Amino acid sequence: MPELDEVKQAESASAAEHPFAIEKVRQDFPALSLSVHGKPLVYLDNAASTQKPLSVLDAADRCYREYYSNVHRGVHHLSQKATDAYEEARCKVQGFLGAARSEEIVFVRGATEGINLVASTFGRSRVKAGDEVLITEMEHHSNIVPWQMLCGDVGATLRVAPIDDRGEVILEEYEKLINERTRLVAMVYISNALGTINPVARMIEMAHARDVPVLVDGVQAVPHKAVDVQALNCDFFVFSGHKMFGPTGIGALYGKLDLLTSMPPYQGGGEMIRSVTFAKTDYADPPARFEAGTPNIVGAIAMGAAVDYLQGIGLQAICWYESGLLDYATEVLSAVPGVRLVGTPTHRASVVSFVIDGVHPHDAGTILDREGIAVRAGHHCAQPVMDHFGVPATVRASLALYNTRQEIDRLVSGVAKVKEIFS
Amino acid sequence: MSELMDLYQEVILDHNKHPRNFGQIEAADHCARGDNPLCGDQLTLYLRMDGDRVAEVRFEGQGCAISTASASILTEVVTGKTLEEVEALFESFHELLTGDPSVVAEVGPELGKLAVFAGVREFPVRVKCATLAWHTLKAAISDGGEAASTE
Repeated sequence: MPELDEVKQAESASAAEHPFAIEKVRQDFPALSLSVHGKPLVYLDNAASTQKPLSVLDAADRCYREYYSNVHRGVHHLSQKATDAYEEARCKVQGFLGAARSEEIVFVRGATEGINLVASTFGRSRVKAGDEVLITEMEHHSNIVPWQMLCGDVGATLRVAPIDDRGEVILEEYEKLINERTRLVAMVYISNALGTINPVARMIEMAHARDVPVLVDGVQAVPHKAVDVQALNCDFFVFSGHKMFGPTGIGALYGKLDLLTSMPPYQGGGEMIRSVTFAKTDYADPPARFEAGTPNIVGAIAMGAAVDYLQGIGLQAICWYESGLLDYATEVLSAVPGVRLVGTPTHRASVVSFVIDGVHPHDAGTILDREGIAVRAGHHCAQPVMDHFGVPATVRASLALYNTRQEIDRLVSGVAKVKEIFS
Repeated sequence: MSELMDLYQEVILDHNKHPRNFGQIEAADHCARGDNPLCGDQLTLYLRMDGDRVAEVRFEGQGCAISTASASILTEVVTGKTLEEVEALFESFHELLTGDPSVVAEVGPELGKLAVFAGVREFPVRVKCATLAWHTLKAAISDGGEAASTE
């Protein structure tokens, strides 16, 4: 029955293109119907920050209107409701990351604060003079600078696992750099500058073989693919809410409970204590120990709504759809004469970084903006990556679940306009 | 599109492609590095003085068309000027990019070549690109030894 097979193939091909109702999804995001410079917005700056669906906006609005109060404090009705919603958000994040317990989820301002928290608690109590911290060459500045500061302060050394010219970590080199002085490995799951998906499970295994704990910067992973921290067996995992359709100013740190329990507090204040006298303070157990002060209550609740939104569509479907879209973007952009892709790893997600012959990315960004196309032009807070590829900056188009092939076509036309002006 | 054409005028594209006075001055009296951390523009400016007058300016580095053209044109317009004249020129230039358009019409003529940057006004985020070389020049003159930054 060749005909039936063909039908099936066609069906599965169209399912791969649209495993969910893309038009309906686009309607969920009010910002996607904006016009910029008189043209319909094409938003391709998702690795910097994503737009927000109505359900996230509603969740924040509802909290402020209907049950807003401080959490973990009052015995009154509103405080109880707000506390329940805040803790429910923690459980949603726990489920989202596949963590064993909700106590392993600490709310933070974002991935940057999550990393700084680990550097100044775990780091300061475990990393001593002569020790080493290992990162990779493709880290975002947020996963470089906190370790540099820590190492500088305690007299430890920051080691960097090199990448190759495709933009992949050289695993043999990485493995060689793990030694008896290594106290922690910190690595990005998916590179924000190149889109490289690191083989983190394998890299974690290599570190664990030498009893070295691993922190994974999962910011660019969670909006694009299913994550299971237990399957990865990472020791810490951080992400930011605003890069996965949630609000700004909220994110989460996952830490294995035994590690969190062994760590000193991050900031001092209310919420993180068990009892306080002027002689001595007993600290609360995790996660409260690391959440001093009134937390970003509404942010956490709205981020929980973003988790619901992603899970409602399904990370599998999102991953499938975006991978087709990325292949398309890669194909049509590489076909443009004078366009060179920066980073060509085998496994890549959501990001196309490129340069145009004779045109600085910043100029390309301005011209694309006038076409209604939002891209990032710059070093993407990853200057060492730019140095590796010998470019000062790149144009980065970064995709999300709501982007379409038509938008990629608009990008390609925009690039043609850039070339025309600079011809 | 017309705003883009105002921004990317022929003169600017030409200076971007063929920057004038590009390179170092071995016997420079002053030197400073400028960074625009937002977009990664970097340039180093070399300055040789003859008393109170600028005898020679050269630059090297990499940046967008606006910052490269601005540095290139800067080297042409400040050569031979006194430090006081340079300072006044920078002020007029800054006014051109950010000031009240009616005032700009008055200062316009004395800007000479720098007037090609009038289109930058419509692109506020690019003002930093156009002024990077000028901030760097100021840093070089004052010779604090610190890199100039647009931030």
